[in-house]
Amino acid sequence: MASVELKAVGKSFGDVHVLSGIDLDIADGEFLTLVGASGCGKSTLLRIIAGLEVQSTGNVLIGGAPVDHLRPHERRVAMVFQSYALYPHMKVFGNIALPLVMSRLNVFERLPLIRMLSPRRHRVMPEIAREVRAVAEQLQIEALLERRPSQLSGGQRQRVALGRAMVRSPAAFLMDEPLSNLDAKLRVHMRSELADLHARLGATFIYVTHDQVEAMTMSSRVAMMDNGVILQLGRPGELYSRPATVKVAQFIGTPTINLLPARVGAGHVVELFGTALPVRVKHAVGSALTLGLRPEAVTAAPVALAARDHQHALVGRLHRSENLGAEHILHVDLAEPASGTLTCKVASEPEAFVDGNRRLALTFSPAACHIFDSDGRRIGDADVQSAAESSVPAPARVAVQ
Amino acid sequence: MATPLALPVPTREPRAVTPLSVLARRIASLLLVHAVLIAGAVVILLPFVWMVITSIKSPPEIFAVDFSLWPKHFSGAENYGHALAKVPLVRFALNGIIVCLGILVVQVLVAVPCAYALAKLRFPGRNALFTLVLLGLCIPIQVPALPLYMGLAKVGMLNTYFAIMMPFFLSVFAIFLFRQFFKGYPDEIIQAARLDGMSEFEIVWRIVVPSAWPAIAAFAVFSFVAHWNDLYWPLIVISDTNLATPPLGMMFFADAESGSNYGALTAAATMLTAPLVLAFLFARRRFIDGITMTGIK
Repeated sequence: MASVELKAVGKSFGDVHVLSGIDLDIADGEFLTLVGASGCGKSTLLRIIAGLEVQSTGNVLIGGAPVDHLRPHERRVAMVFQSYALYPHMKVFGNIALPLVMSRLNVFERLPLIRMLSPRRHRVMPEIAREVRAVAEQLQIEALLERRPSQLSGGQRQRVALGRAMVRSPAAFLMDEPLSNLDAKLRVHMRSELADLHARLGATFIYVTHDQVEAMTMSSRVAMMDNGVILQLGRPGELYSRPATVKVAQFIGTPTINLLPARVGAGHVVELFGTALPVRVKHAVGSALTLGLRPEAVTAAPVALAARDHQHALVGRLHRSENLGAEHILHVDLAEPASGTLTCKVASEPEAFVDGNRRLALTFSPAACHIFDSDGRRIGDADVQSAAESSVPAPARVAVQ
Repeated sequence: MATPLALPVPTREPRAVTPLSVLARRIASLLLVHAVLIAGAVVILLPFVWMVITSIKSPPEIFAVDFSLWPKHFSGAENYGHALAKVPLVRFALNGIIVCLGILVVQVLVAVPCAYALAKLRFPGRNALFTLVLLGLCIPIQVPALPLYMGLAKVGMLNTYFAIMMPFFLSVFAIFLFRQFFKGYPDEIIQAARLDGMSEFEIVWRIVVPSAWPAIAAFAVFSFVAHWNDLYWPLIVISDTNLATPPLGMMFFADAESGSNYGALTAAATMLTAPLVLAFLFARRRFIDGITMTGIK
């Protein structure tokens, strides 16, 4: 078990910068997830930690000591690959035992035929077998030890790959999208099993995924990456409730966050589709803003009812609804003066809100809005104030009906 | 609002499909395909069949004007007996096996690490080296034959097994074939092996090669056939009958012993070809696997 530190790590292939200036402190026993779309550099970063790739700049420290000059196996890290990367011609036992065989026996004790002559091998092999069995027992794969990888299901292969990583008692576990080859149901199951394993081992886990659900459910901290830089690093809840940039907001949460164009109106009030929201920012009057609104923060109501309650809301026409059982996802084409579409998540059937023309009203609390400046950066809470006239608590005065 | 979409309307009514018409069409296509295949097989098999038939005919019948596929007078026993008695066939076959195995073993030992490096390691000049390998495929043995002969003569190595084998130890074809095969080997398994502490040599021989048997078997067939049947190079470096490979031995035999005894000659040829044909039939499945897996078809 050890901490892992990255100091200004960068990687470029010729003129292409895959990673630039990555600083990351991963504490001993932490479960850190690197999340991002494919091509954002997260797998490259993991390979650099493992020593499979060499960084162009910066340093990697494991347990406080620099490991840049060490070869992969000398770094005492174990990796679980997306394809599991089991040795196809070896039985499960051989696969799990290999790291121990490699570290405890010398070249001659591993050579075919000649190894039979080594008395030390006869002493060491039973020890290795004992340790392999102990790991197999923890993962409940003792019955599979004599099978070949081709005879195993995806979930079983996954466990064997985990066993091969665990048997070395590594300083850190590196996992490169280990669940993405499993079917949806098994993935959910393995998710909790991995979280469980982390809790039991108390080891450092560095986990790469493009699936934000995996990142949110398992990690102690999440680093969201894009274009070779870390956009935001924090607890999963922070990335959801206080996304640092538009990209983070778009990546975290399903369905995807709604982004609406807004601007800074007179008196520094945020204007959405020409109507002032009871929110002020310090930015220059006239500059463009983006308003992020999570589908689960929007509530739907019948147009007539919204009008009767003197609540101002966005009005639109229901384009499509998806029934997820416990909830419904509504896709609404916004009506004038607003434009675009808005997604919202509601508990009841859409028939409860729509009128004969499939029109409905959408309301939301201005406090639930994420406000981003024209560069896509979150406008900090210190720079946002509720406007003085916002005496009305929840639903916003947004657009005239 | 999305614009309404429409699927294209077919302009012609599809033809009616009856079970009988389907059956008729299938039979017609089967007949056509098999006619073509059988014609090809006949062209390829005819010399071989001719050899086997001639080996059991009597001398007058071989030169008879009227052609017959099956001999009227069966004299296979004399022909084969004569061949076995007069020609050291076992010696020739043994020489062939020693030479072919020797070549094959060294070729594989050299080509596998080369191919792995070209397929999986990143180093400057890799593409240039691979281009050289491809160029090497274009150079026939006739080109370096003279310098090789002179070199072997200078060190006094003519008339040795080594002289027959040496020019073929480095096979660019093997490097190319294995490189194509290794290209498709998953990188993640190799990286896992590196993390488990294996050296590159161990990765090659203990991880990659066990999966490469189809490719090695395919190459073995190519190599064995080529060097078993090779006459050119042995003819240059071997003059001792005791070291003759099968085709060279046949040539000595045709010149010295049999003269125009074609019955005995073809009997000997049949006996020297048989092991190869049997070996191929035995390894056929693996051979085809290896060829299809390396993408060379």
